[in-house]
Parts: sequence; C-alpha cells; structure tokens
Amino acid sequence: MSITATNRSIPDRLGSPAQRYLKSWESLLLLVAVFVFLLNSLASPYFLDAWNLSDATFNFTEKAMIAFAMALLIISGEIDLSVASIIALASTAMGAAIQFGAGTPEIVAIGLSVGLICGAFNGALVTGLGLPSIVVTIGTMSLFRGISYIVLGDKAYTGYPASFSFFGQGYVWWVISFELVLFFVLAIIYGVVLHKTNFGRAVFAIGNNPVGAMFSGIRVARVKFILFLSTGLMASVAAICLTSRLGSTRPSIAVGWELEVVTMVVLGGVNILGGSGSIPGVVIAAFVMGLVTFGLGLLNVPGIVMSIVIGMLLIGVIALPRMWQQFAEKRSA
Amino acid sequence: MTLLLKSREAVLFGAIIALIVVISTRFPAFVAPSNLANAFNDTAPLIILALGQMAVILTRCIDLSVAANLALTGMVVAMLNTAAPWLPAPAIIMIAIGLGAVMGSINGFFVWKMRIPPIVVTLGTMTIFRGVIFLISGGEWINAHEMGENFKAFPRAIVLGLPVMSWIAIAIVALFYLLITRTPVGRAFFAVGGNPDAAVYTGINVGRTQFIAFLLSGMLAGLTGYLWVARYAVAYVDIAAGFELEVVAACVIGGISIAGGIGSVGGAVLGAVFLGVIKNALPVVNISPFWQLAISGSAIIIAVAFNAQTQRSKGRVILKKAEHAT
Repeated sequence: MSITATNRSIPDRLGSPAQRYLKSWESLLLLVAVFVFLLNSLASPYFLDAWNLSDATFNFTEKAMIAFAMALLIISGEIDLSVASIIALASTAMGAAIQFGAGTPEIVAIGLSVGLICGAFNGALVTGLGLPSIVVTIGTMSLFRGISYIVLGDKAYTGYPASFSFFGQGYVWWVISFELVLFFVLAIIYGVVLHKTNFGRAVFAIGNNPVGAMFSGIRVARVKFILFLSTGLMASVAAICLTSRLGSTRPSIAVGWELEVVTMVVLGGVNILGGSGSIPGVVIAAFVMGLVTFGLGLLNVPGIVMSIVIGMLLIGVIALPRMWQQFAEKRSA
Repeated sequence: MTLLLKSREAVLFGAIIALIVVISTRFPAFVAPSNLANAFNDTAPLIILALGQMAVILTRCIDLSVAANLALTGMVVAMLNTAAPWLPAPAIIMIAIGLGAVMGSINGFFVWKMRIPPIVVTLGTMTIFRGVIFLISGGEWINAHEMGENFKAFPRAIVLGLPVMSWIAIAIVALFYLLITRTPVGRAFFAVGGNPDAAVYTGINVGRTQFIAFLLSGMLAGLTGYLWVARYAVAYVDIAAGFELEVVAACVIGGISIAGGIGSVGGAVLGAVFLGVIKNALPVVNISPFWQLAISGSAIIIAVAFNAQTQRSKGRVILKKAEHAT
C-alpha cells in the first residue's frame, strides 16, 4: 500500500545526548519492562523463581527471532504477514521428512530451506513483479498454511528424534535455554547489521525514500529481496525451535503469530510506515510482551484474554504518543 | 479506463461461466437451478462483506476486523435472543447493524483521529473483538435449540423462490451500486483513494471519508453477523475465523486495487461469486475441503499479479525503474 509522505518536523536544536537517551522510546520501554516485572512479582508468589522465569522466556524467544527480521523488513517499508504460515509449512516439511527416516541434520536443513524458499517466493512477487507486500503476504499466508492443510488434513506428525528436541527443550547452562542463547545471538547479529553496516543504512534509506535511495545507488529491489529471505529464514528457525519444543506438527501450529510478531516490532518503536526503528527496542519489547503474557498466565488468565491485551497494546502504544502530541500541540497553540 | 474495467469484469464473468460449464460437464447436478440458488445463498455473506471491504479499500485502507466483528455481533444477538426471545427479527437486525456500526466506527476513529495505519488498527481490533466474544460468552456455544424459531427462520424464509438472505444480499448490491456511482460519498471514496492530496484541495475531508467507509464496513459486518448465526444456528468464539482473508481475496480478485481508488461494485460481487463457486464446487468434484485455503491464497496472488499488469500500462512511464521502486 503506498503511503503519502508524513510531515516530519525537524526541531531547531537537539537536546543533549543524555537527555535524548532518557527521552527515547527504548528507555521508556525499559521502564515499562521493569514496572511489569515488579507488578508480576507482587501479584504472584511463583513469579520470582529461576526456573519459572526461564520458562517465561519461551513465551517470546521464538516470536522475537522472527521479529528481528520483521523489524528490518518493516523499516524498509514492507511487511510479511505470512511468517506464521511459513512456520506451519516448514514444520510440516520437517515432519514429512521424518516419515522418510531423516535424521536431525536433514530435518534442520529441510526446515531452513523451506523458510528460504517461502521468503524467496514472497520477495520475488514483491520485488520482481512490483506487487504490494501486504496483499502478496496475505495471499501466501493462506497458500503456505493451505499446503500444510492439504498435506496433513486433520492429522499430526510426531516421532521427532530425541536429538532434535535439544533446539526447543535443551539448556546450555543451568536455567539458560538454547533458545534464549540463540535469541541473544540473533539480536546481536541483527543489531550489528542494522545499526553498524552499509546494508543497515540502506534499509533505513529505502524506508524513508525508496526513489531517493535508488538514485543514490542503492539496489532497492535486491535489498528488499534479501530482507524477505531473512524473514523467511528466521520464520523457519522459529519453526525448528517450536516444533522441537512441542514435539509434534499440526497444520494449525503458530496460528496468529504474525500479529504478535508485528505487535512486538511496533511496540519496540519501529515505525509501521517504515524509515525508523531499532533492534534494542525490539529486544525490550520482546521482554515486555513475554513478561505480560507470563504474568497473566500465572494469574490463570486464559490465552484469548491475553490476546485482547496484546491487541490493546498494539493500538495503545501507537495511539498514546499521538494523543499526547495532539494534546501538547493544543496547549502550545 | 471504464472500457478496461468493463473488460476486466467481462473476463471474470467469463471465467465464472467457464468454471461452471467445466464442472457441469462432469457433474450435471451442479447446474440445477436449486443447486445454483443454494450456492448463491452460501455466497451471500461474502458478497455483503466484500462490498463493505471494497469501500474501505477504495479509500486506501483495509479492514481485517470484519470477521471478528461478524462473530461478536452474532454472539451478542444470539445471547440477546436467548435472554429475550420475544424480540422480533427486525429489532434484532437493527441491533446487529448498530453494533456493527459501533465496531466499525472504533476502527474509523483510530484511523481518522489518531492517524494510525488501518492495518495496525484492524489487526488489533480483530483480536480484541474475538477476545471480547470469549469474555461475554465464557467460551460457551449457543446451539440451535437455545435460539428462538423466529430468530432462525427469518434469513431462511423463502420469498419468490429465494431465501431472504439472498434477497438481502441482492438489495445491498443495488443500494451499494447507487451509493458508489450516484452519491457524493461514493465519489469521495474514489477521490480519496485516487489522490488524497488532491481530494483535500477539492474540499473532501479524507479522514472523515475513511471513517464513513469503516462505518459502512462495520454495519454490513454486523448485519452479516446476525444472518450467519441465524442461518447456521450456532454461535461460538471462532465462527467465520479467517473469513476476513476471503473477503479481501474477493475484492482483489474483483479488480479492486489495494492501492485505492480503483474498483467497481460489479467487480467485488463477481470476485465473491467466483470464490463462492469454487467453494461450492470442491465437495462436488470430490476435492477435500482442506484445499480451500491454498486455493484462496493462490487466487489472491494470481489476481493481484493480474491487477498489477493491467494497471501498469495506464500511461506513459517516464522513469520506469523509479516507479518500480516505490
């Protein structure tokens, strides 16, 4: 969907670095995270337990892996709503591979390649044919999951090898799970790529002005294609972790995750229209969402009610700053 | 341009006829008038929702909350019916439309006044509405025997050979045709989607027009909520789950440009009918219903690729690569 340029006003002078740091979205978010943490520890006596907290990280690690790639994609002005369906398709392919007697390395290789193929398919449609990513990925969202339904119907794949369970259930050291380590490693990789490399700068440039970016020598289509590939790849990494954790594959696996991933990215301060955002913001947002859902879970709140909270978070985090801005403008006028 | 759109509808119409002919050569029972009437009746909710969605898409927005709106309204009217069985069907319909309008205006409010991208707003309200169904129903189902006879009978009553539900769909198509082609609001939808900046200079309030589109979409979703629950005689949290994608698919197949400003009532209706024919044909030609999702997905992708091809050749492209990049 094409979006007309928003009016960005440039301030007369910037505040001091410390001031800017304090006022940034990330520090506000960190404050929220600390607040939710304290609230949780007051609300439930079971919260402050090393193993419980370790379990809580599983609420967000898999989604956050996708969110890092999605953050870059959204910053570049595109979106991928098919990620949850890529999980379903990758998981189905891995389950099918087992029926042919594949071992853990083959399963992982198959999962990752399905993710790459799906990402390439999205990327080719968007960059090759110049189609709007939102419609393409709404289409592939039903297509990918539809293929899982055709293959599996109402059945499920089980019987994953024991060594495969390490990805979702393994611990590297004490309560530190493999998934948590992977989460931090990917956060660092994506953070460095976005904030410290030419490629990252190109992503920001494309998001702010694709035509300008092209005239300054950035290969817009290629960068976007790579971003779709990376999103597909991360979705399949998440699929490996999730399948390994659940130990089974159903076509309805990870339904609705695209929403939670997008929420996480937007909560992390990434502009949904593209052009700005940061990986540290997404990391903190992942913790906030994980803590909120885990805390509500400890208080026996059903999952669907949590989704109300997630939906309100999504709208609220964008609406509140704008309301505040409108209020401030009125007062100064 | 009108010629192009007309030919586009003709292509779609031809495709639908061809599809029906191909199916009927192997399964003659499919083209029996009663079966076609049934198929049309099954497609009625999709047609109604596609029209609302069309108004929204014309203004460069998207409404992903229609199915959740439908389900919530359906649940509320079903609960209302069990609590107050004496309420006549017209009153229930007014309540359903009103409730849908409230939900539509929530979407419209955030888009108009808060300037939040519509996809974010409606993704959010989609989950919120679904969650609210769970809250008010406690996850319980409302089954056929708990609903009043009047409540269930209204959309199924046969008038002049067709069920009332089909007639409602036909009436809404006619009303929408008038609204889109003969009123300032309809014109404003196209203006806002075609070029929002120019629309402002011609005195059109862009945000307000988008609000109206969401309001219409919400009202139609509310109405469909009652029709759906009464026809299938069951209400639960997950009714019509994922239906919003089918609605968007119908619009895209019908040639409504997701970038706004291009589309027609005939296209939206034909898009919905096309999906309806496929859906009704699958069990006849003995294909598992599990194929449905993949087929709608492929239909969306093919249709949007087709749209892009026809729309690209509309003028001389000076900076081909630059246009490509945006």
